[in-house]
Amino acid sequence: MNAPTKLPQPAKEKLVVIGNGMAGCRAVEELLERDPDRYSVTIFGAEPRVNYNRIMLSPVLAGEKTFDEIVINSAEWYAENGIELVGGDPVEQIDRQAKSIIAKSGRVEPYDKLLIATGSDPFIIPIPGNDLAGVVTFRDLDDVDKMLAAAQQGGDAVVIGGGLLGLEAAHGLSLRGMKVTVVHLMPALMERQLDEAAGYLLRQELESRGQTILTSANTKVIHGVEGKVVGIELEDGTKVKADIVVMAAGIKPSTSLARSADLECERGIVVDDNMVTSDSDILAVGECVQHRGTCYGLVAPLWDMCRSLADYLTGAPNGYEGSVTSTKLKVSGIDLFSAGDFSGGDGCEDIVMRDAARGVYKRVVLKDDKIIGAVLYGDTADGNWYFDLLKKEEDVADIREGLIFGQAFASGGALADPNAAVAALSDDAEICGCNGVSKGKVISCIAKGAHSVDAVRSTCKASASCGSCTNLVESLLALTLGDDVQTGPRTLCKCTSFTHDDVRRLILEKELKVIPEVMQELHWTTPEGCASCRPALNYYLLCAWPGEYEDDEKSRYVNERLHANIQKDGTYSVVPRMWGGLTTPDELRAIADAAEKYGARTVKVTGGQRIDLFGIKKEDLPAIWGDLNAAGMVSGHAYGKALRTVKTCVGSEWCRFGTQDSTGLGVKIERMTWGSYMPHKFKIAVSGCPRNCAEATIKDFGVVCVDSGYELHVGGNGGIHVRATDLLCKVETEEQAMEYCAAFIQLYREDAHYLERTAPWLERKGLDWIKSQLFDDPDAIKNYAKRFRFSQKFWQVDPWANRAGGAHKDLHSHLAEVRPLSMENA
Amino acid sequence: MMSAPVGTWLDIGPTTQIAPGTARTLPVVGGEEIAVFHTMRGEFYALVNSCPHKQGPLSQGIVHGDTVTCPLHNWRISLRTGEAQGDDEGCTPTIPLKVDSGRLFLLREAVIPSGKPKAA
Ligand code: SRM
Ligand SMILES: Cc1cc2nc3c(=O)[nH]c(=O)nc-3n(C[C@H](O)[C@H](O)[C@H](O)COP(=O)(O)OP(=O)(O)OC[C@H]3O[C@@H](n4cnc5c(N)ncnc54)[C@H](O)[C@@H]3O)c2cc1C
Ligand code: SF4
Ligand code: FES
Repeated sequence: MNAPTKLPQPAKEKLVVIGNGMAGCRAVEELLERDPDRYSVTIFGAEPRVNYNRIMLSPVLAGEKTFDEIVINSAEWYAENGIELVGGDPVEQIDRQAKSIIAKSGRVEPYDKLLIATGSDPFIIPIPGNDLAGVVTFRDLDDVDKMLAAAQQGGDAVVIGGGLLGLEAAHGLSLRGMKVTVVHLMPALMERQLDEAAGYLLRQELESRGQTILTSANTKVIHGVEGKVVGIELEDGTKVKADIVVMAAGIKPSTSLARSADLECERGIVVDDNMVTSDSDILAVGECVQHRGTCYGLVAPLWDMCRSLADYLTGAPNGYEGSVTSTKLKVSGIDLFSAGDFSGGDGCEDIVMRDAARGVYKRVVLKDDKIIGAVLYGDTADGNWYFDLLKKEEDVADIREGLIFGQAFASGGALADPNAAVAALSDDAEICGCNGVSKGKVISCIAKGAHSVDAVRSTCKASASCGSCTNLVESLLALTLGDDVQTGPRTLCKCTSFTHDDVRRLILEKELKVIPEVMQELHWTTPEGCASCRPALNYYLLCAWPGEYEDDEKSRYVNERLHANIQKDGTYSVVPRMWGGLTTPDELRAIADAAEKYGARTVKVTGGQRIDLFGIKKEDLPAIWGDLNAAGMVSGHAYGKALRTVKTCVGSEWCRFGTQDSTGLGVKIERMTWGSYMPHKFKIAVSGCPRNCAEATIKDFGVVCVDSGYELHVGGNGGIHVRATDLLCKVETEEQAMEYCAAFIQLYREDAHYLERTAPWLERKGLDWIKSQLFDDPDAIKNYAKRFRFSQKFWQVDPWANRAGGAHKDLHSHLAEVRPLSMENA
Repeated sequence: MMSAPVGTWLDIGPTTQIAPGTARTLPVVGGEEIAVFHTMRGEFYALVNSCPHKQGPLSQGIVHGDTVTCPLHNWRISLRTGEAQGDDEGCTPTIPLKVDSGRLFLLREAVIPSGKPKAA
């Protein structure tokens, strides 16, 4: 055959990488960054998939991430960079003489340089039953799939090993609905990373979440029936039921391939400071290596190793000097940080701070005025700062006094200014632990044009994994760009990196049903949220799950909790509903009586066609409501993010211009819509003719009656920014007007952000979008209206009647009354 | 009317009368009303029921962590120290409180009539 003549090309050196894991791929990335044309690269991976972020398997197990979200390099990346990935084909032999490797498939691949990055193997404790079906390890995606399959059946899980890995497995399985027991050999959990105090706090927290923790527990045997695990038995005879047993008792460097090629190995493959093994053409990085006597089990050191390796392979050797590591536990809601050595001992000095009330424990260990270790539980905000001081071996004598209170305090600066704290970090301080991104790298990526958190995420990957460093990245953006930061879609509040839309969508997708669940699942950064997100979540849940969701009173603003408007002196105002602005002598009499009986200091006709009684004490509210109820009146929700008023004009019944019964229609609409909670307050009006005396064109929903029917107007606002409505459509009958009204309200309820009135909502989404939602599908109106009516089944109950009947007495009554001592003595 | 207190701690009743995440009030004859808070993490705090900003009733705010957001203009007040948080400045007096065998106790001496020095 005639081969096409090739132009002579400078021969690239051939680099073969064994292991498509975190270190192997990072090493290649570092190489490409330095000299993309130097090597032609082939990567062999035992796993049949692209490179992913192994540490994020924990969130995948917990259901907080999907596999797609943790992929580091997609298939395109390999293709674009001319890298051949041989997946699902483990290398079985290294032929050092021939300078080639042989894979399981029989494929032989020659190399100029060989890189071993085989990681670690899970340690399988040598006890009977460890080979039963249902005994799994926790190392790769297949393991996670096995655990998920088991978790689907529910039942009991035993996790052997109470270290980082074991606890993350336990957390995931427990979130997946299994009853979990952690069996740990040592007396305390994570004993290598935590001291006793922190271990105790951790244990308490886990137990309070329903896990059983057995410490000083030595597993003797794993019992099985028909080859399948049924439970374990401890040395002391204790038996624990199990449908799945997770071995998370440790890892050991994966060295068998290197050993069989006679490379020097001890615990790991021995490498020098350039990551070169005993064969000068073979290098190794990652968990499989032993450098200066140390094997590592965390990602941070391998970022450092890969840098040194790439420097060496591109002819600029820099030398790796070993890494100091820090640990964080990736269990949502548990803040835990540890770094360095805290075994204490001679010449060491401890500084400890405990705050039992906040569940905080902090300990910093000093030696010769330098930090050598730190353990933080409950408040890990200063973890990075301590770690930085530790790595730099900074003398802390001058700031010793305030050290334990954290960076802001110790440096005497503005206590709560996170930007100042971030500014003070050194350039090589690590910002994103998951992806090994330093402060310097984030800043240079911002300088190159990444002006938003999203842009930073997609360029240098900082904050793209677990998101716990999002606030650091935000601070860096603010520091570097000042006002030029592109704020992207605004997050719901400071407690989360999700937007309102994300949260609403995820509540439905993940079927989140209570506030703590939302906070847990969506990585809320505060334990209980704040005064912004709690009311929003409460609304989103009640809108998403009508009939199921139980209203969370303590997440309501005071007005909605007390069903009255708080006034500046701490008293309340009471506004009973007057349907469509109509009233009767009896109602007016009852209002007058109530005003006198409860000492209303002002009685005022509101701008919403009803009467407001001011100056009512919170103790008297249930009683005045009871009296008003007795006269047939219910709450006017003048205090609610809810349907407020339906304003009407007199219409055809009396008015010489009236075209339709605007009063009657207004009353019907109010009867249909009252009691419904909404993203913000909602006002309706019905005018009997285009003279529009009810001001329907500045209401959230306005009806203007005309001879031939009803014009429906939406998105008006008479408040801070006056906005006239847009015409939605015209309908012919009262029934249609009501149906469309219900549908529009439900669309608003399901889509708008909390505290967004219809006017800004409509401007944000556009009238066309709203029309297409309601009109594109001929059934849309019917369906929205149906959902609205369904929700109303549960919400059209008068909250006043409830309270008048004795519900929530505690909100309206005082505890005992006390007298100051001085008065008692007097 | 209250009977004479035993010792210096005043029993104001069982912890169960305040649901987690809420507060209740305790009027003081001739003095300023006290708000007793129960946080969602199970701690109790007592403060004068008055925001350092414009005397809003803190008992009616939303409780989160160990702070309460004032219902009137959203200042955040620390339940532990009474200090306004963030950029706002001001402090609400706190009253020492302890929990013993499921009951709440206030430090009697700290309950003072308005305008009088503490050591009355
Ligand atoms: C009582 C009343 C004034 C009056 O004496 O007439 C009133 C009083 C208050 N209005 Fe209003 N508004 C009242 C009609 C209006 C109207 C007129 C109307 O509804 O026809 C408007 C303009 C129309 C509109 O909303 O589009 C109006 C626009 C506002 C706004 C600005 C809303 C906006 O989107 O820009 C606020 C502030 C807010 O809600 O955030 C507000 C808020 C308030 C609050 C709740 C302020 C507060 O948070 O304490 C006032 C407390 C009332 C209380 O304690 O009872 N009030 N307010 C009216 C009660 C109507 C009712 O029967 O329920
Ligand atoms: C669930 C979990 C959570 C973790 N959480 C954290 C954390 O929070 N923080 C932290 O710092 N570290 C964490 N780690 C540890 C971290 O993942 C490892 O330190 C890191 O993955 C090591 O990288 P590596 O490339 O050396 O090994 P690996 O990422 O394991 O890569 C080795 C790869 O080589 C492949 N391989 C092995 N032998 C062969 C062969 N003969 N031929 C071809 N391919 C082969 C393996 O299949 C594997 O894909 C966690 C680990 C796990 C499992
Ligand atoms: S708008 Fe004017 S004309 Fe029409 S009903 Fe009202 S008052 Fe009559
Ligand atoms: S009175 Fe508390 S914030 Fe204004």
